[in-house]
Amino acid sequence: MLRHMNKGTVIYLLMFLLLTLLPLVVTGRSMQFILIQIFVFGIFAMSYDLLLGYTGIISFGHVMFFGIGAYSTAIMFDRFEPTVGYLVLAVIVGVVLAGIVSFIAGILTLRLKSHYYAMLTLALAGLFLVAAEKWTSFTGGNDGFTFGLPDILRDSNMIYLLCLISLALLFFGLRRLTASPFGKVLMAIRENEQRVESLGYHVLHYKVVASVVSGVVAAYAGVLYIISLRFVDTSVFATDFTIDVLLMTIIGGVGTLIGPLIGAGLVEFAHHWLSGLADVHWIFERWIILYGTVYILVVIFFPLGIVGTIRAKLTRHPLRKRNDLKGVGS
Amino acid sequence: MGPILETQSLGIKFGGHQAVHDVSLKIEEKKFTSIIGPNGAGKTTLFNLLSGQLAPTNGSIYFRGNDITKLSPPVRTRLGIGRSFQLTNVFPNLTVLENVRLAVQSQANVRYQMVAHFLHYKKFIQKAEALLDKVLLLDKADAKAFNLAHGEKRKLEMAMLLALDTDVLLLDEPTAGMSLEEVPAIIDVIRQIKEEGDRTIILIEHKMDLIMDLSDDVLVLFHGELIAQGTPEAVAANETVQSAYLGGMYDEQLT
Repeated sequence: MLRHMNKGTVIYLLMFLLLTLLPLVVTGRSMQFILIQIFVFGIFAMSYDLLLGYTGIISFGHVMFFGIGAYSTAIMFDRFEPTVGYLVLAVIVGVVLAGIVSFIAGILTLRLKSHYYAMLTLALAGLFLVAAEKWTSFTGGNDGFTFGLPDILRDSNMIYLLCLISLALLFFGLRRLTASPFGKVLMAIRENEQRVESLGYHVLHYKVVASVVSGVVAAYAGVLYIISLRFVDTSVFATDFTIDVLLMTIIGGVGTLIGPLIGAGLVEFAHHWLSGLADVHWIFERWIILYGTVYILVVIFFPLGIVGTIRAKLTRHPLRKRNDLKGVGS
Repeated sequence: MGPILETQSLGIKFGGHQAVHDVSLKIEEKKFTSIIGPNGAGKTTLFNLLSGQLAPTNGSIYFRGNDITKLSPPVRTRLGIGRSFQLTNVFPNLTVLENVRLAVQSQANVRYQMVAHFLHYKKFIQKAEALLDKVLLLDKADAKAFNLAHGEKRKLEMAMLLALDTDVLLLDEPTAGMSLEEVPAIIDVIRQIKEEGDRTIILIEHKMDLIMDLSDDVLVLFHGELIAQGTPEAVAANETVQSAYLGGMYDEQLT
């Protein structure tokens, strides 16, 4: 088993193991909450990068899958019993709904140029937001509602572990997906769609599958998010979240999986600390202004993001001697 | 045996411009056919029609007797019509080896495998390396494709086409824009494929000596119309062709 692991896998595994031990050291409530948020948005951002970074599809409404997962869990707990059984059912409902929506959005627009997908997802996300606002008997409208959690998740350490394990499994799962023959075709689609077609691949099939996988993972992130919050309102459909994950992905590095995780960490911590500085100067309360500035600076000076820039530095010598297959495709 | 590829009054219009007009041609199996004609004669457009990148306004295309006019490019590739592009058309941010490996993977019909690691398919990599060796590009296998010189990209294009292992090869000016030193290597590869004798090759070229040397059959396009078809000698001797296209040029090249 160990023989097949490369160095990267071992390092990532060690990092995840260290994170499981972190609650023993970091005990503060708010710090633990931030870490949970980082894991949740890390998953969300990875799902986004599968579209943006790997397949080259731009989505402006990715938050709708997140919201679908969030609302299916909240409503399930609210209407029925908050038990583990209903949690599993909620995950299934959220994931299936997200799968159907992303499938429909995909087959409708992915045969066209990419901005149509961006527009349609933006419109659909708006539609879901309005639906959540108006269907008050079900969603509680703008006020939202609180709900109970299964006993096992009453302890916030358990939520921490649940999110961390989910993150680790999805990270390794998506890592394998992107290194599979299928994932390699996705990257080729990002590079040159027409050429992929003339190699004999049906580009549309790949894009729709990527869109569905991405939507499903985002829905699962929504489930975890709402569990950590114990409260749901229409903000889970807000475009702000899409912008957040876009920023996380771009800061961290598009076309990588660890990039969005690093981006999620940076953005969440920055959000926390900058809001905390509100007493010092009013500008820190408007941290969205700083966001915009950072965004512009990153796009101009680090278009590859943190991980991408480092990786480009490390592989500066493409003509180095070939001795094994290590450098293939990376 | 019937022709492997056949078109019947094939035509395409872009707005008011008839780029290809009423072309009926038959390509014999395992023959080497060249298409010549001045710039703008519709050669590449004809290729785009044959490979499915463009849909014809009228007429139809048959492959081994079956109508393929309505089929999409990936389906035609799988049937056995592979093409290379005149303007280099590769995956710029992937390594040279990965560019070819993707073509090998498609040929091996591994399309939706999501669970296995791509390195699991070692023979794909070996085959890709063998092809890169054939086009003299193996030493650049780990370079990103955008770092290649123009001529090297043409070689890569050729390796990707060969990887598809199709019965019909549509070669769109494989030596265009190459430096003089690089041309013989590519011609050698083309000659090698021809001598293996199991493929149908259709070539668009401007280099007359190359065409005269390699072709079994030559098609002449002029203003989107097929004005002559025959052996290289017959076409060179054809007066319509001489007045329409070659003019005095061909004589100059001979002397």
